[in-house]
Amino acid sequence: MIRIISNIGKYFILLRSVFSRPEKFSIYYRQTLRELDHHGFGSIGIIVIISLFVGAAITIQTNFNIENPWLPRYIIGVTVRDSLLLEFSSTMVGLMIAGKSGSSIASEIGMMRVTEQIDALEVMGINSAAFLMMPKIVAMVFFLPILCVISVTMGLVGGYLTSLIGHVIPVADYIYGIQYVFYPYYLAYAMSKTAFYAFIIASVAGYFGYYVEGGAVEVGKASTRAVVLSSILILLLNLILTNLILH
Amino acid sequence: MIRIENISKSFDGNFVLNDVSMDLEAGKCNVIIGESGSGKTVLMKSMVGLVEVDSGSVLYNERNFTAMNHREKQQIRKEMGMLFQGGALFDSLTIEQNVMFPLNMFTTMTWQEKSDRVNFCLDRVGLRKVNRLMPSELSGGMKKRAAIARAIAPSPKYLFCDEPNSGLDPLTAIRIDNLILEITMEYNITTVVNTHDMNSVMEIGDRVMYIYKGCKCWEGTKDDILTSENEALNNFVFATSVAKKLKK
Repeated sequence: MIRIISNIGKYFILLRSVFSRPEKFSIYYRQTLRELDHHGFGSIGIIVIISLFVGAAITIQTNFNIENPWLPRYIIGVTVRDSLLLEFSSTMVGLMIAGKSGSSIASEIGMMRVTEQIDALEVMGINSAAFLMMPKIVAMVFFLPILCVISVTMGLVGGYLTSLIGHVIPVADYIYGIQYVFYPYYLAYAMSKTAFYAFIIASVAGYFGYYVEGGAVEVGKASTRAVVLSSILILLLNLILTNLILH
Repeated sequence: MIRIENISKSFDGNFVLNDVSMDLEAGKCNVIIGESGSGKTVLMKSMVGLVEVDSGSVLYNERNFTAMNHREKQQIRKEMGMLFQGGALFDSLTIEQNVMFPLNMFTTMTWQEKSDRVNFCLDRVGLRKVNRLMPSELSGGMKKRAAIARAIAPSPKYLFCDEPNSGLDPLTAIRIDNLILEITMEYNITTVVNTHDMNSVMEIGDRVMYIYKGCKCWEGTKDDILTSENEALNNFVFATSVAKKLKK
C-alpha cells in the first residue's frame, strides 16, 4: 500500500517537472511535431482498419439483436452511430494507443534511462522529464481526439459497406439512421474523453520508462506494466467520465 | 576548481561514500582510481548532481552546488561536459545532431556557426565523414570520441569522464586518454576521470586520488604511486603478477 502511495506521489512530482518552463520553445515545438508524426499519423492506419471491422461487426450484431417488425430499420444506423460515438471509438482508440504508443514510449524512455542518455540530458542542464515527456503528452492530447473522429467515421463506413455488400439492412435506411437526431454534443463528449485517455497513456508510460532501473529485462517489464496500468486507468476513467458527463 | 567537502552517501544503510574530501584542480587531469564498486561512479555522479548526497558539499569555484535548487544547478550544469561509460549518445540523432544538441538548446548561434563548431569538434577528436551516421553505425572508440566532441562542443569549464576507455583496445584507449589530456590543457578545463586502468593513470594522471571502500585512501601524483607505502593502493596498483615482479 505504501509503495502504491509512494508511486502516486512520484508520478505527480514527475508531472510537475514535466510541465515546468521549457528551456527553448522552438526545440520543444519541433519535438512535438516529431511526436505527432510518430504517435499520431503513425497510428492512423491501424485505427482505420480496426474501426472498419468494428463498425461492420456492430452493424451486423445490432441488426441481429433488434430484428423486430415493430422497429424501423433505420434504428440500426442510429444505434451503430451512437455506440461508436459514445463508447466504442473513444475507448477502442484509447486501448489501441495504450498498447501501441504506450509500450513504445515506456521502452524508448526506459532505454534512454538504462543507457545513461537521460543522465546525459541532465548533466547538460536540460530538464529531461520535460524534454522527453511534454512533447509526447501534448502531441497525444492534441491528436488522439482526431483519431477518435477518424475512428467514428471509419466505423460508420464499415457499417455502410456491410449494408452495401452484405445487404444486412437497406443502404438508404442505414444512411437515414446515421443522420437521424444527431447530437453534436456526443462528438464533443467522445473527443474530450479521448483527450483524457491520451494524457493518461503518455504520462503513465513516460513515468514507467523514466524510473526504470536495471537493463533490457526491466525495460520490457516497465513497458508491460505501463500498458496494463494505462488500460485499467482508461476503463476506470471511462466509467467516471461517463457517469459525470452523461448522467 | 572543484572542491569536495566531506561527502557521504549510503544506499539502504550501506555507505558507498564515507566522508570524502578532495580538491580537483583546474587545467589538470584529476584521476580517481579504485576497484569496481569502490564508489568512484557514485562520487562522480554526486559531483554533477545525478546522485543526491546524504551530507557534505561540492563547490564549483566556491559556488556550493549541493545547496542550490534545481534551476541554479541547471545553470552550473551548462558549464559541464560529461563522457559516460557507454558514450550515452542519443540513438535517434545522427552524430552531427548529437554534437549540435547542446548548442541548439543553449546558444543563439546561427545554423552555419553551429555547423562549423560541430565540424571543428569532430575534427578535434579525429572523426571525419561521420556527420550523417547514426551512433549504432560507429565502433566503440568512435562513439567515445563522438561523445567527447559533444561534451566539448559548448566549451565546458568542467569535463567529467566516467571510465573513458572501458571496453576499448589498448591503442584506442591511449588515443582517448591523450585526447582528454590535450583538451584539458588546451582549454584549461577542470577534468575529472574515473578509471581503474593503470595505463590511463600513468598517461594522464596529473593528480590521482585512490578510493577504497568509499573512502579516499590516498592522494598524490602519478609518480608518487610507484613509491607509495600505502598497502591498499599497492594491492590495487600492483595487482597483476607482472606488476608485482616489476615492483620487486
